[in-house]
Amino acid sequence: MVGQALFILTAGITLLMALGVVLARNLFHAALFLVGAFFGIAVLFILLEAEFLGAAQIIIYIGAIATLIVFAIMLSRHVMGKEAGAYNRNWYFALAGVVFFFLLLGWLLIKMPFNLVTAEVPADAIAQIGQGFVGHYVVPFEVASVLLLVALIGAIMLARER
Amino acid sequence: MDLRAIGESFIAWLEGLGIPQGWVLLINWILGALIILGIALLMALALIWLERKIAGRIQDRLGPNRVGPFGLIQPIADALKLLTKEDITPADADRITYNLAPAIAVFHVLMLFVVIPFADKVVGANINVGILYLMAFGALGTMAMLMAGWSSRNKYALLGGFRVVAQLFSYEIPIALVMMIPVLLVGSMNLNEIARGQGSLAGLGWYVWIMPAAFLLYFVAALAEGERAPFDLLEAESEIVAGYNIEYSAMKFAWFYLAFFLNTWILSAIATTLFLGGWQGPFVDQVPALGVVYFFLKTLIMFLAFAWVRATFPRLRIDQMMAFCWKVLVPMALALLLGSAIVVKMGTELNLPGVVTNGLMLVMNIVIVLVTLSLLGRYTRTLHETKNKRLFSPELPRL
Repeated sequence: MVGQALFILTAGITLLMALGVVLARNLFHAALFLVGAFFGIAVLFILLEAEFLGAAQIIIYIGAIATLIVFAIMLSRHVMGKEAGAYNRNWYFALAGVVFFFLLLGWLLIKMPFNLVTAEVPADAIAQIGQGFVGHYVVPFEVASVLLLVALIGAIMLARER
Repeated sequence: MDLRAIGESFIAWLEGLGIPQGWVLLINWILGALIILGIALLMALALIWLERKIAGRIQDRLGPNRVGPFGLIQPIADALKLLTKEDITPADADRITYNLAPAIAVFHVLMLFVVIPFADKVVGANINVGILYLMAFGALGTMAMLMAGWSSRNKYALLGGFRVVAQLFSYEIPIALVMMIPVLLVGSMNLNEIARGQGSLAGLGWYVWIMPAAFLLYFVAALAEGERAPFDLLEAESEIVAGYNIEYSAMKFAWFYLAFFLNTWILSAIATTLFLGGWQGPFVDQVPALGVVYFFLKTLIMFLAFAWVRATFPRLRIDQMMAFCWKVLVPMALALLLGSAIVVKMGTELNLPGVVTNGLMLVMNIVIVLVTLSLLGRYTRTLHETKNKRLFSPELPRL
């Protein structure tokens, strides 16, 4: 009961924050709403007893990505402190695309047969995730790492003084 | 006397009153939160007095000595003064963000108190991802300062905000890498387990003896994470007046001040838990409540070390500080993490006894420190040869 109420509350706040991202006229406010939405999703993870995902969500999305977004906004002089319209002439194309994507997602969610496992969440889930990363899923894990490394080196090459 | 037993008897007493179990849990949670909050806020007052007094002594001054014996009531007088000051909001400020920033600054530090083990199993939330949790909420502090810097509509505040991101982001990397090394050794991210893992050999099992280089690295990076001298470029008075909090006055400034002191205390507490054995100490097995005393003593010693560095060292230049992080601390932390992983793996594969693994770890740490120092020494020598003594200058030979 309490869990349900907490879920509805968190989900509602997350949705409101997500709406704020799209509707805020000030780019900095949009970024802050984004942080709120990320935080709400982290809370949802924790409500699902996935503490690792919750913490990772906060570290990666709020600690790294959102902060970088805010930093980028602060560095772009023309946006600083000015109101920017959230729409341009192409808004109806965007709306059509978004509606189509939403319907696709909804259709997938309804049609998809989910294999629900009723087993208890193991107490040492984080240890099992770690084992999985270096055991069964080692190739995708390493490929992701190499991809990040390539991105890192690419960024350094772009920013290098010539 | 066991603190846990007191808690359990309290729960039993509540249940005896006929309160349903859900409500008992709720009451417990609220009480626990209030206790942690009370400890944190009261401690901050004491810490402010202590740091000012110590800094005064070190710098051959008296420090606060007017209000009460030894100036003991000075923090309370300061708090009253700040409460009665006029609360100014710049006319152009972004009001909601401006008012939210100090609250988030304090909120993120208080959230960190939740996972600190004050004694064996005496911890707000004994979660399995304790270290990740610390990093997650540490990152939230950057956000608060950015919000403060941006919403003030002040050039100096904005520059302070830029510095916050540059500094805290950079130093988060070595600190996170180093915090992973005790995790490797214990095999758990639970802070209580990490403190428990250091119980062997009557104090010689503390990780500060096994991995002194990691401890040193943590200490240096924590100075930067806690915005303390010599890394206090976020609020360098001579360069950017006061940094991100320049426009804040009265109680809102006090919140940032509070967050600053609590942050330093938390960094000391993390150092204590990860490297100084946490609540471990003599007779702690017989009298678990002694753990609290040991924990607070060790944390106090760490805090005094932070205060000592802050009172004695001059401030670095921003490019020196960034270069020091990326060219010295990050490679060193990576080497330490890799070396520790190899040593731990060797220990488990070859079935080495724990003492041998720890010895290998110590040797590896010392070697890495020596290599780092010799590289730095060679760099400074080339600097002397070019007759320019500015360290890490961009136009000079690279590290």
